Amino acid sequence: MAVNYLYPEYEVARNYDRCIACRVCERQCANEVHEYLPDANKMTCDDSKCVNCHRCVSLCPTRALKIVRSGNTYKENANWSRKTIDELYKQAGTGGVLLSSMGNPEDYPVYFDKLLLNASQVTNPSIDPLREPMETTVFLGAKPQDIRRDNFGRLLTDIPPHLKLSMPVMFSAMSYGSISYNAHESLARASEALGIFYNTGEGGLHEDFYKYGKNTIVQVASGRFGVHKDYLNSGAAIEIKMGQGAKPGIGGHLPGHKIVGDVSRTRMIPEGSDAISPAPHHDIYSIEDLRQLVFSLKEASNYTKPVIVKIAAVHNVSAIASGIARSGADIVAIDGFRGGTGAAPTRIRDNVGIPVELALASVDKQLRDEGIRDNVSIVVGGGIRSSADVIKAVALGADCVYIGTAALMALGCHLCRSCHGGKCNWGIATQVPKLTKRLNPNIGFKRLVNLMTAWQHEIKEMMGGMGINSIESLKGNRLMLRGVGLNEKELEILGVKYAGE
Amino acid sequence: MRRVYVNEEWCLGCHLCEYYCAFAATNGTDMARALRDTKINARIKIEENDQISFAVSCRHCTEPYCVKGCLTGALTIADGIILIDREKCIGCYTCILSCPYGAISPSEDGAVQKCELCARTAGEAPMCVKGCPNEAIVFEERG
Ligand code: SF4
Ligand code: SF4
Ligand code: SF4
Repeated sequence: MAVNYLYPEYEVARNYDRCIACRVCERQCANEVHEYLPDANKMTCDDSKCVNCHRCVSLCPTRALKIVRSGNTYKENANWSRKTIDELYKQAGTGGVLLSSMGNPEDYPVYFDKLLLNASQVTNPSIDPLREPMETTVFLGAKPQDIRRDNFGRLLTDIPPHLKLSMPVMFSAMSYGSISYNAHESLARASEALGIFYNTGEGGLHEDFYKYGKNTIVQVASGRFGVHKDYLNSGAAIEIKMGQGAKPGIGGHLPGHKIVGDVSRTRMIPEGSDAISPAPHHDIYSIEDLRQLVFSLKEASNYTKPVIVKIAAVHNVSAIASGIARSGADIVAIDGFRGGTGAAPTRIRDNVGIPVELALASVDKQLRDEGIRDNVSIVVGGGIRSSADVIKAVALGADCVYIGTAALMALGCHLCRSCHGGKCNWGIATQVPKLTKRLNPNIGFKRLVNLMTAWQHEIKEMMGGMGINSIESLKGNRLMLRGVGLNEKELEILGVKYAGE
Repeated sequence: MRRVYVNEEWCLGCHLCEYYCAFAATNGTDMARALRDTKINARIKIEENDQISFAVSCRHCTEPYCVKGCLTGALTIADGIILIDREKCIGCYTCILSCPYGAISPSEDGAVQKCELCARTAGEAPMCVKGCPNEAIVFEERG
């Protein structure tokens, strides 16, 4: 047998004083970590299979379990971290590309955490959101450039199609296939209840969910999976996915074992076949090409729906966004490098793309400088973790944010980052019926509604503190932000002053 | 009357309901202390195979065969809840044989045991329902 170079990263710590051998952990772990020993009436486990998803920890009725870092250590080395060493051993053993899921977990700066908000004192009154009306409604779409009148001098008020949201947050694109039917149902029902939108991702739309169409954004990606006329017309907006923050520049690959039953029907591809989305759209090599697709989609939907173009935050993001703002698109979505994924090559996820805060600040500035900011609304995703991040993103110039990871966490995700294994113990990133039923949408949708309701309260509270009673007046209001721990260049790109200035 | 209803679509077969049921019977405050090193004999039971699982407990029928058949009057109906008087039960198991759901079972001390909707141990929802992680059993009024 080959030498096993890898020592388990986590250990299951069981408190035998509390364990009642109910075997719940054993039944709930799809990775088969726990095992019951009938002779001893005792539980045992194989730590090497544990992915640290906390399903067993959360369901153990006696709090007998926790997962701890295994103490085993290599000789300390500031250059060679444990992770780097393990990855190297893994590759030497398999010869394969390393795969990962969810967003970039590496130690890059989080600019949201280096930005602080303002509050009113003495000379300008703050507002109490419990006593005064507070507006968090936003509209996404192209804004009219000038005032137009008819022959009688009456104002023309027809404007291009818009999305109306009760608060500036939407659930970002996650395909049916990468996440389960029940996860989609939870997102769809929560969007309807909240008056916001969720996004189909590139897996098409399950026929059961057409009824949530007015709260759905339908996506068209490079694989064109599940795209047909009814699909395009079923949603409130159409999103062209050019790129994704977790893996800019590369396509997608949903393995054949996830293409079963309804997933295959919805994607319109045979069962068991790998769903491969090419890296580029093979018909888009320029902004002019993009414009053609934007207008094809508008034509197909009779100019009734805004078109979103989603790109990953990369080096020249502001120039690209400027092109998009001239392509006829109504909304540009920018996905930062912390954005999640159901599977990506580790090296791409951890090394490609830029932080969304910087991308947003420079896109907003560029579009303003060019006088085309009103051509498009800006939506940012890939790194939004809380209502404070939402407020800061809006102050940096965003009209709205996308949340993906945060929404999945409301549904139970514990960020174990094993989505690509297809055995998600929380019933989210899996198509195994025994696992998907663990996510009861009746519970899931309520948790999403709770999360968003809580954020909305907090957003109002923070706005009130700044003396702002409408989220629109905060948009691009960078004077409400101050930086800490940032250098001159970072402050310049973010367009904010240093704290104390 | 509120009863325990099963949403088998959401049952995970985790058996937590059984453990919460057994815990309820102990009147304890800490499940670990109450159930460690014991073999439980719950009044709610999971029926399962590879495809499906669901919890079975007393339906609290309006015309219960068990009560009708009981030789000693140990089974009675109070406010719609079918109760067992363990002092009166002689362990003849007539009720076990007559219950169409298999919801009555023998216990260690000779008398039979059955779900009493936690009427004697708690208020609100029975412990099994509270302990179910996926709303696969619910306590509600369904006409
Ligand atoms: S779930 Fe908890 S109490 Fe039950 S067997 Fe596992 S560790 Fe023991
Ligand atoms: S993989 Fe998840 S459920 Fe299994 S032992 Fe580890 S933490 Fe528990
Ligand atoms: S606790 Fe709920 S999910 Fe678990 S076995 Fe019982 S009824 Fe099914």
